[in-house]
Amino acid sequence: MAEKVLMKGNEAIAEAAIQAGCRFYFGYPITPQTEIAAYMAKRMPKIGGTFLQAESEVAAINMCIGVASTGKRVMTSSSSPGVSLKAEGISYMAGCDLPALIVNVQRGGPGLGGIQPSQSDYFQATKGGGHGDYRLFVVAPASVQEMVSLTAHAFNVAEKYRVPAMLLADGTLGQMMEPVVIDDITVEEHDKSWALTGTKGERAHNIINSLSMLPEELEQWNIDRYQRYAQIEKNEPMWEEYMMEDAEICVVAFGIASRVSRNAIRAAREKGIRVGMIRPITLWPFPKEMLLASSEKVKAYITVELNMGQMVEDVELATRCRRPVLSANRAGGCIPSPEQVLAQIEAANRLGGEQ
Amino acid sequence: MQWKRVILLAGHYGSGKTNLAVNLAAALKKQEKPVVIADLDIVNPYYRTKDSEEELKRLGIPLISSPYANSNVDVPALPQELYTVVDRTDTYAVVDVGGDDRGALALGRYTPKLLEEDNFEMLFVMNMYRPLTKEVSGTLEVMREIEIAGGLPFSALVNNSNLGAETTAHDVVRSVAYAEAVSKACGLPVKMTSVMESLYSNLREKIPNVVPLRLQNKRIWN
Repeated sequence: MAEKVLMKGNEAIAEAAIQAGCRFYFGYPITPQTEIAAYMAKRMPKIGGTFLQAESEVAAINMCIGVASTGKRVMTSSSSPGVSLKAEGISYMAGCDLPALIVNVQRGGPGLGGIQPSQSDYFQATKGGGHGDYRLFVVAPASVQEMVSLTAHAFNVAEKYRVPAMLLADGTLGQMMEPVVIDDITVEEHDKSWALTGTKGERAHNIINSLSMLPEELEQWNIDRYQRYAQIEKNEPMWEEYMMEDAEICVVAFGIASRVSRNAIRAAREKGIRVGMIRPITLWPFPKEMLLASSEKVKAYITVELNMGQMVEDVELATRCRRPVLSANRAGGCIPSPEQVLAQIEAANRLGGEQ
Repeated sequence: MQWKRVILLAGHYGSGKTNLAVNLAAALKKQEKPVVIADLDIVNPYYRTKDSEEELKRLGIPLISSPYANSNVDVPALPQELYTVVDRTDTYAVVDVGGDDRGALALGRYTPKLLEEDNFEMLFVMNMYRPLTKEVSGTLEVMREIEIAGGLPFSALVNNSNLGAETTAHDVVRSVAYAEAVSKACGLPVKMTSVMESLYSNLREKIPNVVPLRLQNKRIWN
């Protein structure tokens, strides 16, 4: 399928997952991600896969735990309120050290919120959402093409470190149509000796479980898991730099917000402001080292987000609060305009000049 | 080009129905025909006829659309004014039917009156660059599902094959054989091939019945 096709972001995620070897999809419809389920419903039966519309989001994530336990690639998808329902299952998945892909095509919240695009599940995706000490590998695509490559990448990383992965998109990316090429998908082979595949009387039982009777044992599981998280933080951060060579003002934005920001950055450059952008592609691990290094030259940062500024504190932490961090944001399903971002770039430029 | 009073545009979602609907209504208006445009979409949350509200207002084309389109309310509601499409037989109506069979389901309630008046045409809008309709078999499958859901047979095809703003003249030329193969398989004529305005002069001599389209999509990102 190496020719160019026109796809919705949601469809691209689904097709990329299939190309990446995923043959099990469990989900429950919710706007604005329903096309993922619709696409899977059409495609899976034709390729010997399983599409199952579960009775609820809770059921779907638990079905994913079942398949993941056998070492097969599995995914579920939802939008914000539905992901909250899955949170318990995601925590169990992390506690069982199971790889799987969870897709969140975000809409405005909190609560039932609305159906327009949002990035307000940043905290939920990067800081937990479910209970316990755990992390998700979180990728944030900014185009339909990147939804293809990051879907496949997320499956590989999840299996490599035995962690659940989340693809965090927003309604705009899910619904927009762009030409894509579905290729360059590598299915990595990782050790699956832990999987429940039947002992055939030749080995001891594998046990997949998040319950421990002994506090010391449970503590050790957490410590072992955090060693893998440390490896992910070392090996897996991804980001893109845009016009950063001489930048004194740095926009930090992911997903659709980064594309609005590009327009604003070009307009600001025409006004002689030396501004660039660091676009985190992985939200966890956050590209901390890169941001810290940039703070040598950058005078002020601006996060551009479709939420109330949830990423501000991660930028402050990464840069050790050395520079002011502003935000150009909209919430509730609204998207920041290039004009709003430009105004904040100009404000940051004045602020930076005073220091 | 000759048109029946009610022009129904249906097809796989993402085939370009909404864009085509706005352009067709504008063309009829230009010929000084009374025309309304109706959005029957009960599926898509974004990218709807409502996005062209201002342009339609400027052209003097009434838009009949769910009051909840482009809002935060996620209900498959249709406005009562939609009945004017079948009741006002002195006015042309371009109807943007929702994508796939699920979208066409809403058509059913207007089907008896449309059949009774028998002055409608139902056009299947197709795009060979959409992965599920890139082959004839997949395209026919979507066609059949829509006909069953809406209770109306298609009367002609519209080849709207495109790759969005990146579409080249070559991409359109390549799609002609596909459109002809679909036409042969289902027995319906290709009424027109719609292309981006910028490709029109290049293609008007090469493909029969080429129609230029103005793209409606406004984007603040790139």
